[in-house]
This record gives sequence, structure tokens and C-alpha cells, in this order.
Amino acid sequence: MQIAVASGKGGTGKTTIATSLAASLGNRAQILDCDVEEPNCHVLMAPDIYESSAVTLPTPLVDPEKCNLCGKCGEVCNFSAILVIGKTTLTFPELCHGCGGCILLCPEKAISEAPRELGVVETGNAGEVDFVQGRIRIGEAMAPPLIKEVKKRITRDKIAILDAPPGASCPVINTVKGTDFVILVTEPTPFGLHDLRIAVEAIRQLGVPMGVVLNRSDIGDREVHKYCADSGIHLLAEIPFDRKIAEGYSRGNMLIRTNPGYTQKFLEIFESIKRLTDKSPEPPTGSES
Amino acid sequence: MKIAITANGKTLDSPMDPRFGRAPFILVVNTEGELLEVIDNMTNVNAMRGAGIQAAKSLADRGVNVLLTGHCGPNAFTALQAAGIKVGSDQSGLVKDVIQKFLKDGVGFADKPNAEAHW
Ligand code: SF4
Ligand code: SF4
Repeated sequence: MQIAVASGKGGTGKTTIATSLAASLGNRAQILDCDVEEPNCHVLMAPDIYESSAVTLPTPLVDPEKCNLCGKCGEVCNFSAILVIGKTTLTFPELCHGCGGCILLCPEKAISEAPRELGVVETGNAGEVDFVQGRIRIGEAMAPPLIKEVKKRITRDKIAILDAPPGASCPVINTVKGTDFVILVTEPTPFGLHDLRIAVEAIRQLGVPMGVVLNRSDIGDREVHKYCADSGIHLLAEIPFDRKIAEGYSRGNMLIRTNPGYTQKFLEIFESIKRLTDKSPEPPTGSES
Repeated sequence: MKIAITANGKTLDSPMDPRFGRAPFILVVNTEGELLEVIDNMTNVNAMRGAGIQAAKSLADRGVNVLLTGHCGPNAFTALQAAGIKVGSDQSGLVKDVIQKFLKDGVGFADKPNAEAHW
């Protein structure tokens, strides 16, 4: 089973929920931090990392001796990462998506591969929980191939918890795609609702069932409740504001360590998800496509 | 000599557009200040990335020698240099005025980009 934890915006407590859900499940769980721009799970889980491997993308390197300036490479590239201009074939490796098209098409076999490092994938364990995280190289903009590498490390017989990047952009979709369920973490405020709507719209396209965890559930209004009820999205749990949780977070402690009573609540969230993803009863949202 | 200038409209009376890759039009004129061609740059305006690189290529393909514009990012600048196109950046005003000024007094050509990527 694969569960992604996402949120329309940062700072809603997404990582808090993801890490505590994984830790509550203990040795049944694997956590994968897919927020490669700013991986945070390690701050709360303090894992032992035993393996780190570089992830690279093959980018073109042109041999000017062999190149006849025919321009075919530039025509096939969708990203302006290679083109003939004047009397040179220019490459912009940082724009390259690594599709390999230009290399294949070059009639003179003038292009070879030069790897560009995207970042690293690290594996280890945090107590009983298997731990995987991606970390993008500073200055690198291409997160999706790195996220793909992180997801390759999903262990089938574990409950994989994927901490998605915040927002509703490409990397979020890359993380959520192919999972069995998405937990959306939000707050009961107008901003929380606004960003939740955007995230729901994006994830609906993928047809992955969703549920909401309402964090700091007692600080705002009832609009998120109403929205969930109206759009048939299951409200999995509400976590009221608690100084202890916030202070624990700032010291790098997981929610279920500062408030052990919550372990039971997280196990219940998991049971609800199991029920909701069970194919036999009627689908919860009725809008999967 | 062919001179290209980034513009908001299709005529010499239009205001300049300060952006290179994402200007809606690029006008090409000769040394008499006569309009030779209007390049529709809209496909670049909508491009995800590399708009400036593609705009540089369309100028290179037309044998343009000088570009007058506002901002030029690093990738576009590299491409323009490879094509041997000189760049007069930080230009503003009406297209015809900028061209007249260039033909009369010339401009200092840039030796480096003057904008962040994504222009
Ligand atoms: S396709 Fe090959 S030969 Fe043709 S311009 Fe590109 S690198 Fe040169
Ligand atoms: S590998 Fe693909 S994206 Fe990269 S330069 Fe070649 S055609 Fe473009």
C-alpha cells in the first residue's frame, strides 16, 4: 500500500503527519521523503543513513569534429537545450530533460552522453521505519527524475508513506501518481481551504482517492468541514492546536513522541484509509476517473 | 547590416518591449531605418523555457547583425554571441526613436547578460 501525504501549501504540518503516521505503523512502514527541494522528514526522524547514491541525467556533448551542423538535434529538442546557431552547435545542459532524442537522431553520431548530477537518494532507517529521501543539488531545477528514483525504492510489502512537496505542481503530481491514497493536510482557514481546493482539483485528475487531515483544527472556521462534506472527501482526523506539538516540532521531535496518545489516532487513520481503498464497497467520492 | 528590435506591435511607431525572448514581435530594419520584416515571436512568448534561445536562433537564421532590446538573459546572450549578433541592451522608448538614435549615435554593446534567466 502506498499513501502520499500532500498539502496545498507549506507549513500546514504535512511532514508532522507523514512522520508520525509512519512511526505509528513501526516496522510495517517505510517513509519516502519526496520533497526533494527541502526534505524535512530526517529532521524529525533522525535516521541512520547507510547508502547514498547520485542520480544523474544524460545530457548531450557534441563532438565538433564530427558535427556537420545539420540542425536535426535542435529540431527534435523540445527544451532548447541543444541547437545549431551560426557555425556552432550549442548545448544548454541545465535545460536538458535527458530524453536522449538528439543523441539517437544525430546522423553523424556526433553526440555522446555527459551526465549532469541532479541530486542524491539516501536510504537508511529511522528506528523500525525504513527511510528513503531525495535531495536535489543546489541550483538544480529538475525534481521529477529525482522523485522517480526515490519512488523506485518503494518496498512492496511495506506501507509506503510518501511525503510530497507542498503545492500542486509537477513534482507533487509525480509523487502522488500511482499511489493508493492521498492524505491532504490542511488548516481550517480561508487560505487553507483555497489551497486545498487547488490540490483536490489537481489530484482528482489522477483518480487517486483522497482524505483530509485537519491540523490545528480549532483555530479557524468550519468551511473546510463544509467543503469536504459537499465534495465527498473523507475527513480522516482533526488535530487541535497544542503548544506541546509546536514546541516539539521546533526541537525536532515527532508529534507522537511529544504526545504518545496520538499513536492510536494515527493507527485509526490508517484503518480508515484501508477501508476507503478497499475496492469492494461503493467508492467514497464517486468521481474517480 | 540588419538590425532587430523587440517591439510591442508590428509597426515602427510601436513602443519597444524590454524583454527579448518574450516580446510579442521582433522588427527587423535596414540601415536606412526601413522595416524589412516583422517576426511573430508569440510562439516563444508561450514557450516554457528557452524562449530567448529560440528568439536568438530566429535572428541568426535571418542574418541579423545587431539586436536592440531591454533585457537579455544569460542563455539568450550565449546564443546571440555564438551567432555573432551584437546586443545593445537597456534600450527603451518608441521603436523608431530607438532605431534613429542607434543609426545616428550607435550604442555601447553589452559584453554580458543584464537579466536573470527566464526573461
Ligand atoms: S544532429 Fe548531430 S550533426 Fe546534426 S547538428 Fe546536431 S550534433 Fe551536429
Ligand atoms: S536529450 Fe532530449 S532534452 Fe536533452 S538536449 Fe537532447 S533532445 Fe533535448
